[in-house]
Amino acid sequence: MTTTTATTTAIIHKTITETSPVKRIIYGIIELVLAAVILFVFALTVPAENVTRFVMTPGGITVGVASDWILPTQLTLYVLVAICIVLAAFQIIKGFGKATNLILGLIAVFLIFSFLTWQASGKSLNLAGMLSSAVLLSVPITLGAYSGVLCERSGVINIAIEGMMLMGSMVGALVGSVTHSALIGLLAAVLSAVLLAAVHAILSIKYKINQVISGTVINIFSTGMTSFISQKFLQTHQALNSPPIFPRIPIPGLSEIPVLGPIFFNTNLFVYLMFIILIILQIALFSTRWGLRVRSVGEHPKAADTLGINVIKTRYMSVLLGGVVAGIGGAFFTLGNVGRFDEEMTAGKGFIGLAAMLFGNYSPLGSTAAGLLFGFADSLGSKLSLLGSAIPPQFMAMAPYLLTMIVLAGFIGRGHVPAADGEPYEKE
Amino acid sequence: MKKPDLEKQDAGKVVLQELTDSPSKKNHEKKSLWMSIRIPILAIVTGLVFGAILIGVTSETVYAAFGTSFLSGIREFFREIATAYTALAQGSIGNPAKMIAALQSGNALAIREAFNPFLESLVQSTPYIFAGLAVALGFRAGLFNIGVEGQLFIGAACATYVGYAVTGLPAYIHMPLAFLAGALGGAVWGFVPGILKATTGGHEVINTIMMNWIAFRFTEWLLSGPMNRPGAGGMPISPLIQPSAEIPQFFQAPIRFNLGFFIALFVAWLVWWLLFKTTWGLNLRLVGTNPRAAKYAGLSVVSTTVIAMVLSGSLAGMAGANQILALNHSMALGLSSGYGFDSIALALLGNNHPLGVILASILFGTLRNGATKMMVVSQIPIDIISIVQAFIVMFVAAPAIIRAIYRLRKPEKEEATAIFLSGWGGGK
Repeated sequence: MTTTTATTTAIIHKTITETSPVKRIIYGIIELVLAAVILFVFALTVPAENVTRFVMTPGGITVGVASDWILPTQLTLYVLVAICIVLAAFQIIKGFGKATNLILGLIAVFLIFSFLTWQASGKSLNLAGMLSSAVLLSVPITLGAYSGVLCERSGVINIAIEGMMLMGSMVGALVGSVTHSALIGLLAAVLSAVLLAAVHAILSIKYKINQVISGTVINIFSTGMTSFISQKFLQTHQALNSPPIFPRIPIPGLSEIPVLGPIFFNTNLFVYLMFIILIILQIALFSTRWGLRVRSVGEHPKAADTLGINVIKTRYMSVLLGGVVAGIGGAFFTLGNVGRFDEEMTAGKGFIGLAAMLFGNYSPLGSTAAGLLFGFADSLGSKLSLLGSAIPPQFMAMAPYLLTMIVLAGFIGRGHVPAADGEPYEKE
Repeated sequence: MKKPDLEKQDAGKVVLQELTDSPSKKNHEKKSLWMSIRIPILAIVTGLVFGAILIGVTSETVYAAFGTSFLSGIREFFREIATAYTALAQGSIGNPAKMIAALQSGNALAIREAFNPFLESLVQSTPYIFAGLAVALGFRAGLFNIGVEGQLFIGAACATYVGYAVTGLPAYIHMPLAFLAGALGGAVWGFVPGILKATTGGHEVINTIMMNWIAFRFTEWLLSGPMNRPGAGGMPISPLIQPSAEIPQFFQAPIRFNLGFFIALFVAWLVWWLLFKTTWGLNLRLVGTNPRAAKYAGLSVVSTTVIAMVLSGSLAGMAGANQILALNHSMALGLSSGYGFDSIALALLGNNHPLGVILASILFGTLRNGATKMMVVSQIPIDIISIVQAFIVMFVAAPAIIRAIYRLRKPEKEEATAIFLSGWGGGK
């Protein structure tokens, strides 16, 4: 944008990242307000004798069973309010320094927990089931975000994540059904997404067309192609649309840990894949020579080129890898969960993935955290409608988008964006 | 795509031809019209050829014919394509034999029915005109409004609300009022990303994508909650609008041709006048092509950006209002068949000029209308149109591919679709 806006945003950015007394106090006041919400909206509106029962074992689980938590509703809320006030007071007087955002996050978690305790007062709520479904729901979002991280760190904008995942889910279902093998289905899904990624790469790197347009082309094509094949073949021949799904794989030992075991270690292959890719990607991007190259190509391609890094090749590589990850995310829809392809079944998860990438500040770790958060919002929304809450589930579903817009606007501190993101590289 | 060194060969040829045949220069004036429309025309033709190939290779009868003999397979391949595209043409333009017979009989009803396919194509192209103008106006200001779909939904919701909740007004007030409410709704949805871009530098592509999904969830809530039709039994559908709010249809049902088409043409003229005949339009185009120069010339980039997004959003809102007031008369979730995303194709195909957008819209409306008949005759899913559209956009955006296919020479200077794009964070 213009230079004035640039300087102002730089100033805003500076004031937010450095701990100033004003910022310390503003954060403290925000935390006090949240504590007041817990006190006045939740704690004081519940009958004193009510208890909340949290079921701590997801349905259908036989290992790692935990006993239910039975909490006196009002007392629990009072304790949470007290902790929040103490934290807020410390924030105002001394400040938490680097941990400021962490503490704010912790209080936000308290707020959500209080809200659940209040909603389920006098009833029972399967908290573990909710968390377990949140993890599952976060899988395609997080994998989509990884795909975005890979592409955009190398300087190629990718809004085609949705299209790649949709294609992956359809091809996964089709090939999985034909071969009766979920694994071959997964490989085919990855291959199809990689092909689309290759088109994106050729269009945006070789032909240098606008990368958003290239992404849009892929999205339109994928929506059309998957619906076309679905109507032409999958709906008329049921045998072509009944792939086997990956079974739940309990990890020996770890799956027996109460609460955490059933959520993280006795679940879908795709959840494990998500965490494995997270570790690989985080290390590869930030601690290997390859990662340094990718990032330098995304930041300053000319300088990278001068140092002998092949900009074009690095970008192709990154976009194709992004396709691999998006393909796995797509396969999750049909082979990981449902066992059937429905038209447009990704339902915007690719775009939430894009949001998670931005929210997570272009890092795999941050993307995972954002993906889990958005997955939780999703699962909370569906749980709330079951509990008969006054808050419509659609509003919960809006949260990820709103949060992303707020982050993007720099209201809670803007992170670093790859400097050459979206710019085709022209060798001189 | 197969020849990476084609550009070099071409450059050699160009020099050689410049030296040998001088008369080509004299023909330059004559050629210029063809030069400017050859890429879109060839893109459309190539897109349709790709569609034809897809029809051929996914036809089961073709494979059955190949089973008997190779020659009959080839014959069946072309017969299948011919049947499908004949149905496409008859469904979208009309059956010439029927038209002549109807004209000869002089029966008014028969004439109307014979010409209905053509009129219906115009009906189908109306929302495309509004939506395409929305994207084109944004592009002219250097903004990528990918949020037309969401703006369309909000516009439709606002028009619906005014359409059914306001009663007792004469039609000449009620209908324009409902239509403008739609425009206003879209304008609000365009204002948010506009102001965020202008003040914080948050990229409009991301913000409009996020606003799309917020709009979908929001209208979902509206239609199942506050705007739900009494007695709809949980179906997310709005009440019927008052007859006074309807955009009048010219003929009796089933002919749906209506005033909306002419409103769209008028609005297109208005946009043309704004862009090319007013100082404000000149400023807007200057901001779009060279924001830095515009700033040094003393133009307010901030207000131009905001106004352009507002106008773009209001055009998108009109598309939604038109669908409700002229055709559906109540709002449901399946309101748009992806007009918002197709509109990007329209703007590119029409070179961001209102006249070009009208022509492109009529083409897309015609294709979509004809596809319905093609589906009945040849059982080809309507989604084939999306696939063809994706190819058309790809070819228009990357003329180098078209030039490679048809061995065209590269023009000396090519008016590139100048769309500026930097990283998502903006502010730089």
